[in-house]
Amino acid sequence: MPEITLSTETKRLSYAEAVNHALRRALYERPETLLFGEDVAKPGGVFGVTKGLHREFGDRVFDTPISESAILGGAIGAAMFGRRPIAEIMWIDFSLVALDQLVNQAPNVRYVSRGAVTAPITVRTQAGNGPGACAQHSQNLEAFFAHVPGLRVGMPSTAQDAYDMLLSAVWCDDPVIVIENRTLYHGAKSDVRLGGEVEPIGGARVRRGGSDVTVVTWGAVQNLVLEAAEELAAEGIEAEVLDLRWLNPLDLAAVRDAVGRTRRLAVVHEAHTFGGFGAEVVGLVAESGADLLAPPLRIGAAPARIPSALSLVPGILPTREKIADGLRRLVRGEKAGDAGALR
Amino acid sequence: MRSDTPTLLGHFERMLLIRGVEDEIARLRTAGDMVGSIHLCSGQEAVYVGAVAALDLSRDAVFPTYRGHGWALACGVPPEALFAEILGRVAGINGGRGGSAYFTAPEYGMYGENSIVGAGAPIAAGAALAASFDGSGRVAVAAFGDGALNQGAVHEAMNFAAVRGLPVVFVVENNAYSELTPIADMTRNPELFRRASAYGMPGGRVDGNDPDAVARAMETCVERARGGGGPALLECMTQRIVGHYIGDAQHYRPAGELDRAVAAEPIGRLAERLTAEGVAADELDAIRARVADRVQAASRLALDSPPADPATALEHLYA
Ligand SMILES: Cc1ncc(C[n+]2csc(CCOP(=O)(O)OP(=O)(O)O)c2C)c(N)n1
Ligand SMILES: [Mg+2]
Repeated sequence: MPEITLSTETKRLSYAEAVNHALRRALYERPETLLFGEDVAKPGGVFGVTKGLHREFGDRVFDTPISESAILGGAIGAAMFGRRPIAEIMWIDFSLVALDQLVNQAPNVRYVSRGAVTAPITVRTQAGNGPGACAQHSQNLEAFFAHVPGLRVGMPSTAQDAYDMLLSAVWCDDPVIVIENRTLYHGAKSDVRLGGEVEPIGGARVRRGGSDVTVVTWGAVQNLVLEAAEELAAEGIEAEVLDLRWLNPLDLAAVRDAVGRTRRLAVVHEAHTFGGFGAEVVGLVAESGADLLAPPLRIGAAPARIPSALSLVPGILPTREKIADGLRRLVRGEKAGDAGALR
Repeated sequence: MRSDTPTLLGHFERMLLIRGVEDEIARLRTAGDMVGSIHLCSGQEAVYVGAVAALDLSRDAVFPTYRGHGWALACGVPPEALFAEILGRVAGINGGRGGSAYFTAPEYGMYGENSIVGAGAPIAAGAALAASFDGSGRVAVAAFGDGALNQGAVHEAMNFAAVRGLPVVFVVENNAYSELTPIADMTRNPELFRRASAYGMPGGRVDGNDPDAVARAMETCVERARGGGGPALLECMTQRIVGHYIGDAQHYRPAGELDRAVAAEPIGRLAERLTAEGVAADELDAIRARVADRVQAASRLALDSPPADPATALEHLYA
């Protein structure tokens, strides 16, 4: 087995390769970890993310039947008895057939036993729309999970975060869901720092500085936000882009700081606007008494199921144009809110 | 009892249509006209054609999976409406909302693909539940793969149907793989039909590459269910001769397996049988040519249809 060093090195990796490196390091450094799910072992994952890990770590990496309740419940039970399972749910949509294990079971283990037993599981999954995907393979359900006290929820959007946040999740003693995005897996490679200390979960990051408006965002849609911000920069509007990274724990201080500087707030997520986590961010900022120059703006998916046809999707999901338009109006003091959120 | 030659010729033509449509879909997907994940059913046509031959589509209801193009075509969905659906065009059977893996065609007795493994089974039981009250004589068909038998919803559906004596036939398309993982890594007892007895319903296995055998076994299950005898499970042994999805390199297959599957595929087999029964080669060729023309004409029609209109994307959410 090749040595994995703790010393820091930098490699050019895709998002998928970064996840693979994190899993490999976790399996290597923490003998109590297990990795299992549908097609993860011998086939190396339907997206190739877990390639080579079964060969390297043997029975600690295994394929399961198509039984999400057994996967998640099995992870919880094993965690109660000293293992540190990393379970894959191939699509976040499939977590719904086993929601009981994530909502009624995992977060209660520590709470009810007053810490006598814990369930430090990591659930890796991926969410969001991709070309041609149907309504059952396109959803963004982070708000469901963020609504459940006791579950930690992270959404990495860069290769570095895919590596760092997954390790933070595995090292964390709580049940954690890391929601990846398949449209990011095999994109351009970037420099990823490997090794070094594993940071505790939490912490937002500023992706782009700007003084006119703070855009709080997370997940893959962030790339559209950054493109929209560049478009606006050419018009003299500077948007600050804050990647929340973790919805639980939420880095409210970073949000408040940023909004305190720009005094304008927009939240952009791919999930449905109505009942989305953006409402929580806006609500918390409002409660904190922030003195805003304009009403806050939420941009997310309009209320509909997600259709398969490419031409229908822009009628529902956020696009670069919708984001740029919304931010422009917000900064100019025009009405920017998405009235379509209520229907 | 064996079916007569005209019946078999009908099976032959319908299986050819399914294969021809799947081949054209593969071409359109590879050319980039279609996008996303598409699951072809090539090699499994006999299951759909045989099973549907035993149904009365004016009242029965079929609930297939994401691998559902074959079920739809066997039920009579026009190929142009299927092509257009996968292309995301106005003329699609759901105007592009469903796509390859989640379209529905209730007007043809095809009550929707499902992209959640096993989710159609309890819904089929529900269609049968309605039948137990409405006097329609409807039989519901829940179709799913071998892998789906490891999903809790399927077990709940089978027990629910059995305990209430509901008119459902659970059709298992056993192609020996769950995506990229072989059945031996999924379950200890590969005789999936044996699970039926645990729920107190009959279960049986049939050669799923023989449409005639599937049709006759299915008739027995359907008649029994329609007559109030309750559900049954029919395991159809088959193999896909294509990847799980278009683009799947099938590295997981042992050497020679795919060649054996191709040699056993149902269309060539039926052609041999028909030839042995005295059908002339010309007659089979004429059917092949007719089907090929139909597929090409349907594909052209679908490609001529405009893209679905984004302004309609929010329609039909609520009553
Ligand atoms: C609940 C759920 N879990 C996982 C998946 C991902 N998935 C799609 S098809 C498939 C394999 C299904 O195998 P099988 O039931 O044998 O049907 P086949 O594809 O062979 O026709 C899996 C795991 C899913 N769609 N739904
Ligand atoms: Mg299968």
